[in-house]
Amino acid sequence: MLKFLAFAGMILLAPLYFKGGYLMNVLVFVGIHTMLAIGLNLLLGYAGQISLGHAGFFGLGAYLSGVLTATYGWNPWLAMPLAALMVGALAFAIGFPILKLKGHYLAMATLGMGIIIYIVFNETVELTGGPSGLSGIPNLAVGSLTFDSDVKNYYLIWSFTLVTILLTLNLANSRVGRALRAVHDSEVAARVMGVNARLLKVQIFALSALISSIAGSLYAHTMTFVSPASFGFNFSVELLTMVVIGGLGSIYGSFLGAALLTLLPEFLRAAQDYDIIIYGGLLMLMVMFMPGGLVRGVPDLFRKLLKKGGANHA
Amino acid sequence: MLEVSGITQIFGGVTALEDVSFTVAKGAITGVIGPNGAGKTTLFNIVTGIYTQTAGRVFLKGSDVSGLPPEKLARLGMVRTFQNIELFGGMTVLENVMVGLHTRSSSGLLACSLRMPWSRLEEKKIRAGALKWLEFTGITDLADVTAGNLPFGKGRLLEIARALAVEPEIILMDEPAAGLNSHETSDLARLIQRIRDLGITVVLVEHDMELVMDICDRIVVLNLGRKLAEGTPREIQENHEVIAAYLGDDT
Repeated sequence: MLKFLAFAGMILLAPLYFKGGYLMNVLVFVGIHTMLAIGLNLLLGYAGQISLGHAGFFGLGAYLSGVLTATYGWNPWLAMPLAALMVGALAFAIGFPILKLKGHYLAMATLGMGIIIYIVFNETVELTGGPSGLSGIPNLAVGSLTFDSDVKNYYLIWSFTLVTILLTLNLANSRVGRALRAVHDSEVAARVMGVNARLLKVQIFALSALISSIAGSLYAHTMTFVSPASFGFNFSVELLTMVVIGGLGSIYGSFLGAALLTLLPEFLRAAQDYDIIIYGGLLMLMVMFMPGGLVRGVPDLFRKLLKKGGANHA
Repeated sequence: MLEVSGITQIFGGVTALEDVSFTVAKGAITGVIGPNGAGKTTLFNIVTGIYTQTAGRVFLKGSDVSGLPPEKLARLGMVRTFQNIELFGGMTVLENVMVGLHTRSSSGLLACSLRMPWSRLEEKKIRAGALKWLEFTGITDLADVTAGNLPFGKGRLLEIARALAVEPEIILMDEPAAGLNSHETSDLARLIQRIRDLGITVVLVEHDMELVMDICDRIVVLNLGRKLAEGTPREIQENHEVIAAYLGDDT
C-alpha cells in the first residue's frame, strides 16, 4: 500500500516537473499503455495464457466509444462502460472455445482473432470510416471541465490507470491471483485443488479485454480520432513486448515496460520504420538475459554489482 | 468410500486396464501395487478425473462420479498427489498450501479486486488454515521459501500439506515414497498413519513393498492391466500368483 501511495504521488506530481511540455502528451500514452500492459499481464504473466490479439480489444473499445458518441451522439461516460461490458462479454464468449488451446495454438487463435477485428475496422466503412478513420469524437467532460489539453488528459488518464493498478494489485494478492498463478505453474495440480481452471482462464481473458476496452475508449476521447492502423498486429506485439520487458506477473513491471516502450520511440525518431525490428530484438535480449523483466532484472543487476564492488574492497 | 467397478481403459490398440473392480473402505489405508506397466497410474488418473475411462464406473460415497473433472471431485472430498510432484514452483510454500484452501473460500474477481471486508477476513482464514497444515507436515519453517527451490523430499511433504488443505475425505497418493531415502520414507509412513488417524481414507500406489506391507490395511494387486489379487498384507505376501507375477512364473 505504501509503495502504491508513493507511486501515485510521483505520478500526480510529475506534471509540475515537466511543466506541461511536449512530454506530457507522451506521458498520457504511458498511462494508456500501462493499462493495456496490465490487462495483458493478468492473462500472460499471471494465468500464463498468451494473446497476440489484444490490440483488437483496445480497438473495439476505441471504435465502440467513437461510433456511439461521434455518430450517435451518446454521452461518452455512458458509451465507455457499455463498450467495456460489450467487449468483456465478447471476450468471454470467444474465450470458451479458444482458451481450450494451449501454447502455439492459442497464440495462433488469438492472432487470428486480432486480425479479424482489424479487418472489420477496415471493411465496415459506413460505420467506422474504414481505413481513413473516424473523426469528430468528443473529449470527455465533467460539468464545464472538458478534457482537451495534455495536462487535463494526463490527470484524466492517470486517474483511470492508478485505479487499474490498485485494483489489479489487490487481485494479484488474493485468492483469485493465487489461483491464476497456480494454473500457470501446474494446471492439473490447480484443478486437483478445486480450481476451475477453464472458467478462471476465460474470466481473466474477459477482464483483460475489458481493461483494454476502457483504455481504448480513453484513447478515442483523448485523440478525438481513431483509425485501424493503431490497432493492428504490430501493436499487439508491442503490448506483448511491454509486458515481457517490464516483467511477467508484475503490475509495476507493466508500468516500466509501457513507459520504456512509449518513451523510447520518442528518442529514436530516426529509427521509426524499424520499430518492429527493435521490439523484436529487445524481446529476444530480455528473454535471454533478463527473463524476469526489468522489474526483477535491474535490482538483481545492482545486487550483483554491489557484491562485486564489495569483493574488490575486501 | 470409493468403489471402482469394471474399469477398462484402451489407449489406441493397447488395453491398459481390463475390467478392474475393487472397493476402498472408509478410514482405511489401501495400497495398489503391481509390477511396472501394471496400469496403476492409469487407474489413478481415471479415478481422479484426469483421464476418462473407456468403460466402467467410479463411485465416491455411493454416488456415481465417473467422468467428473478433478475440480468437481475436489469439492466432493477427493484429492490426489502426483508421482513427479506437481508444485506451483513460482509460489512460496505457504502460498501453495493456501491454494489448497481454494474450495473453502469463495471471494470472486470483483470482491478480491475491491478488497471487500469479507474477502480480507477470508484471506486471514486461508492463511491460518494453511499454516495449520504446514505445521501438521512439519514444514512451517519453510513457509516463505519458493516451492521451486525445495529439495525433493520437502516438496513431497508440501504436496501432501497442500492436498490436506482441501480437507478431503479421501486422498490418493501416487508413489509418495518415490525418490525418498529410507529415513524420509519412515517419516512418510508415520505421516500417512497420522492422516488416517484424522479419519481421512488413504489410497496409495507404491513400489516400496516394505512401506506398503507396513502401513496398508488392504492391498490390491494389479498385473498387466488386470486385478490379480486383493487382501490383507499377509494374504498378499502368501499369494502364489502375486509372487509369480513379481518374480516370474517359472516355478
